[in-house]
Amino acid sequence: MSHLLEARALTGGYGPVQVLRGLDFHVDAGEVVVILGANGAGKTTTLRALSGMIPARGEVVFDGRSIIGRRPEAIVRFGIAHVPQGRGTIADLTVEENLRVGAIIRRDREVGADIDRWYEMFPRLAERRDQAAGSMSGGEQQMLAIARALMCRPRLLLLDEPSLGLAPLVTREVFERLAHVNRELGTTVLVVEQNANLALEIADRGYVLEAGLIAASGRADELASDESVRKAYLGY
Amino acid sequence: MTLDVTPVEPRGFLRDPKRLAVRVVITLAVGALLLALPHIYPRFRVEGQFNVIITYAIAALGLNLLTGYNGQISVGHGAFFGVGAYTTAILVGDHGWPHFATLAVAAALTFVLGVLVGLPALRIQGLYLALVTLALAAAFPLVVTRFSSVTGGTQGMRVSRFRAPDWTGLKDYQWKYYVLLAVAVVAFVLVRNLVKSRVGRAIIATRDNETAAQVLGVDLSRYKVLTFGISATLAGVAGALSVFNEPFVNAEKYNINLSITLLVAVVVGGAATIFGPAWGAFFVVMIPTWLPNRYPQLSPVLFGGSLIVLMILAPGGFLGLVRQASGWVRRRSGRRSSAGPSPGEGHDALASA
Repeated sequence: MSHLLEARALTGGYGPVQVLRGLDFHVDAGEVVVILGANGAGKTTTLRALSGMIPARGEVVFDGRSIIGRRPEAIVRFGIAHVPQGRGTIADLTVEENLRVGAIIRRDREVGADIDRWYEMFPRLAERRDQAAGSMSGGEQQMLAIARALMCRPRLLLLDEPSLGLAPLVTREVFERLAHVNRELGTTVLVVEQNANLALEIADRGYVLEAGLIAASGRADELASDESVRKAYLGY
Repeated sequence: MTLDVTPVEPRGFLRDPKRLAVRVVITLAVGALLLALPHIYPRFRVEGQFNVIITYAIAALGLNLLTGYNGQISVGHGAFFGVGAYTTAILVGDHGWPHFATLAVAAALTFVLGVLVGLPALRIQGLYLALVTLALAAAFPLVVTRFSSVTGGTQGMRVSRFRAPDWTGLKDYQWKYYVLLAVAVVAFVLVRNLVKSRVGRAIIATRDNETAAQVLGVDLSRYKVLTFGISATLAGVAGALSVFNEPFVNAEKYNINLSITLLVAVVVGGAATIFGPAWGAFFVVMIPTWLPNRYPQLSPVLFGGSLIVLMILAPGGFLGLVRQASGWVRRRSGRRSSAGPSPGEGHDALASA
């Protein structure tokens, strides 16, 4: 029971449509965990259930506290940040203002210092701090989305398909930064991906989702080398 | 004044003293012009046009906060304007209140009404919200007529005039102008600061990306309802001020046309810009006076036609057009100068790359 996040019999969906049919998984502090699966397997729904965006049932315990049924703005305050699919750029605000929205739940005086820290880690963002965020490239917007989520100083970072719409090289860079954040800050990461190759490279463990159920799980290197898992679920 | 609207962070324009100087000069020139207007123009222009522009500008400023910055459309702000107007008319006319004291009541009342409309608006969006607020605009004259014992109904009610104190040495119409202008300046400064603040960023984030705003911890409902309340308050204050200017109210003054005019002012001036509503108010009041009036039946058609042309030429509204033009001029002059770009221009080049 020392997991940072533990989900048991997690179900949820949209209206009458049940997408998640009872998931059990956990994430330990400091880990990078990846949830893999094809389109429609329920990856995005899983993250939405965790961050309170959709009604969910079952049990979700974060840091010893039950967070199921809580509202999204309460869950952020527990220390879970969610980078939504499509990056969630606030197009008309500048890069810096986007980062400040990320700190909206904070009242301390170190927000400016944190912004400078993320500018150091993502120099492209520093160059474009006064530019409308919507005018940046997809990769830059993904970096911004990650930096912005980190502005609330989360203990667990949820990422929804960071590779979506990005060139392979850019995707690699995004994953490298993620691994870096995980190493340097000890931020725990739960990432959902279709791009199994890259995600498994930086992950400690993985789950494979199929039609709302967990079909396989294990250490990242095991999943990557398991022929049957690869053929059946990862499609390469 | 026009440069004020370019979204430049303090960091950006402090890096560029030339641009700062231009802003200061333009602001001073516009300020001097605004102060001189009631001494240059005769009473009928000040009362009939300038003061009307100011009240519309304040109301459109409020509507812009809601529709431009927060993305909630309202075709019913004429009703809030009307509530403000009747608040002042009834308190001054029937209860002998001083004009200024009624502003606070009008503001408080319209804030509460705005919140009450904002709550159901949480469940509806886009066209549906437009329809609901349209119903609000349509209902207002009927409500006024229904309670004609208090409101004077379609006959309307006349209120004592708003007079200039002796110490000012001003004529009444000049005093009214300065009072309205002062309130407008305060309102624009407050809204500008609001938009640049934590609350403003939350309001814009809610419009641009609800999902992102929500997972970052923005309480969507709270900010939407709050924006509705503030927005209605500004419209209500504008309505109250309109009675300072013209001491007469009746049911038909605050009909659907007024609501649509305010929306047109926001869009024509430039939605989600600080000074757009002021320009929009200027255009919606002045364009009809510029049109040829030989065939009065045609003027609504000409007005509509000119709006269509304007929206085709400048989909971002008037200030969108100004912004495009100034960007173009700056790029041209940057290319021509052989001394290389100044720090500010270098920054702009990066921004547009």
